Amino acid sequence: MKTAGMTTTSASTSTVAISGVSVRFRSKRAETTAIERVSLDVAPGEFVSIVGPSGCGKSTLLKLVAGLLAPSSGSVALLGEQVRGPRRDIGFVFQRAALLEWRSARRNILLQAEMRGMNPAAAAERADELIEMTGLSGFENALPHELSGGMQQRVALCRALLHRPRVLLMDEPFGALDALTREQMNVELHRVWRETGTTVLLVTHSIAESVYLANRVVVLTRRPAVVQEVIEVGLPGTRDYSATMARPEFAAATAHIRDLLGAVTGHD
Amino acid sequence: MDTVSGDRWRGVVERTWRPAALMAALLVVWHLVTVTGLVEAYLVPSPARTFELMIDKWSYLWGHTWVTTVETVLGFVIAGVLGVLVAVAMVCSRTIESTAYPILLFAQVIPKIAIAPLFVVWLGFGFEPKVVVAVLMAFFPVVISTVTGLKSVDTEMLELAATMGGGPVKTFVKIRFPAALPHLFAGLKVAVTLAVTGAVVGEFVGSNEGLGYVILQANGNMDTPMLFAGLIVTSVVGVLLFLLLDLAEQLMLPWHASRRGAAVTTLPAKGGS
Repeated sequence: MKTAGMTTTSASTSTVAISGVSVRFRSKRAETTAIERVSLDVAPGEFVSIVGPSGCGKSTLLKLVAGLLAPSSGSVALLGEQVRGPRRDIGFVFQRAALLEWRSARRNILLQAEMRGMNPAAAAERADELIEMTGLSGFENALPHELSGGMQQRVALCRALLHRPRVLLMDEPFGALDALTREQMNVELHRVWRETGTTVLLVTHSIAESVYLANRVVVLTRRPAVVQEVIEVGLPGTRDYSATMARPEFAAATAHIRDLLGAVTGHD
Repeated sequence: MDTVSGDRWRGVVERTWRPAALMAALLVVWHLVTVTGLVEAYLVPSPARTFELMIDKWSYLWGHTWVTTVETVLGFVIAGVLGVLVAVAMVCSRTIESTAYPILLFAQVIPKIAIAPLFVVWLGFGFEPKVVVAVLMAFFPVVISTVTGLKSVDTEMLELAATMGGGPVKTFVKIRFPAALPHLFAGLKVAVTLAVTGAVVGEFVGSNEGLGYVILQANGNMDTPMLFAGLIVTSVVGVLLFLLLDLAEQLMLPWHASRRGAAVTTLPAKGGS
């Protein structure tokens, strides 16, 4: 396996290509449109954050990319291939860590390998590497209920990265954490992204988080969600947390996004 | 090491002294009721008289206890295996679930004591009809609890499994089934106590051995001490089988929430957001 992103320079093909996608849900009474003609291209190795009002269909968008949900119209391609069912070449992290209670942190990470039938020795080595990288050393043998929320989410992140996916999809991964842990996790995730070169799609409610981590921030509107604006974050590649927060580009981007979200939710 | 085992013993004492004290109190009440002549001795024998009889007739009681225990365990094991298989089939296919459910429910609500004679007619006076009644009694809770358990897995976990591409069999073996085990054990514990009842009911209807037979004979002879002895032994069999399952659960599911003791009440609920 090659270290994805860093060396792949097939600029012509996007890693994720969402084109004209709409999603309609039918309930007993009515048909609701969650997403309306959304298009988005994500370049290899790029970090894209998706923000928008609650319940606007951000998570739906990630599930489309993962192939866990089929669009009503439009198409989604991942690594140049149409998405037609659950995709194995991704890593997924949910808001809830979704760990198996009876497995230790390490064995939860290795679940990925077992399900895929990866070589156990190679998987174990990779797991140790990730445990080291995410600061889980010393907690490998703890059961999920013995870990803090932040630690649990680190385990979920390691599990998602075990098979070196080219694309990492994260659905509000730090939404359940306290503010301080969340900042720490942001720094960790930034470092992991820099080190692995994985393409990341992150859904978040936090404007600061979206800007700190991303190359671009996609702002969606209220339901039915359309892309309101895509903001290029003009921040340097490697970002120190507090230094980044203090930069004028950071302040400008967050203020702009806050304005956009304020406008769509009607509080101006 | 010493302090750890010391703590363990203290824990055992802490858990058992209250129920033990209640048992002792009930024995005292029983004793007082009989010695004061409040109730005639032929209606309620004294505890001393009952335990004396149990010691005198231990080989007679032991033989019949063994018969009932074998019927119970056999019925319980068959019910457990069948119950889990049916539950898995019901969770895998909605058609099977909707087809089988009404019949299962029907089989559950039929009074077992009313159909037990039918099994005697069909299967004779041997151990078979007793096992069948035990299976019928124990089957339903196993199915219901296993279905609940298998359905209790988070959708997110199953979605993750889909992105890991393990396929339905691996997903079942590594995620669904282990996640269902706490529910399954809850069902098995109910089932084992019902299996005892089933075996005894089967014996009531037609048999010349087993604790049900002992109780029925004692009843016919107005031998209340033996009747009480039979009841006590039957309960003890049920309790011991229950405790055996409880032990198996503790050994197999050390991670299970209900075993975490105080941690459950002092930590915020897991997975809450």
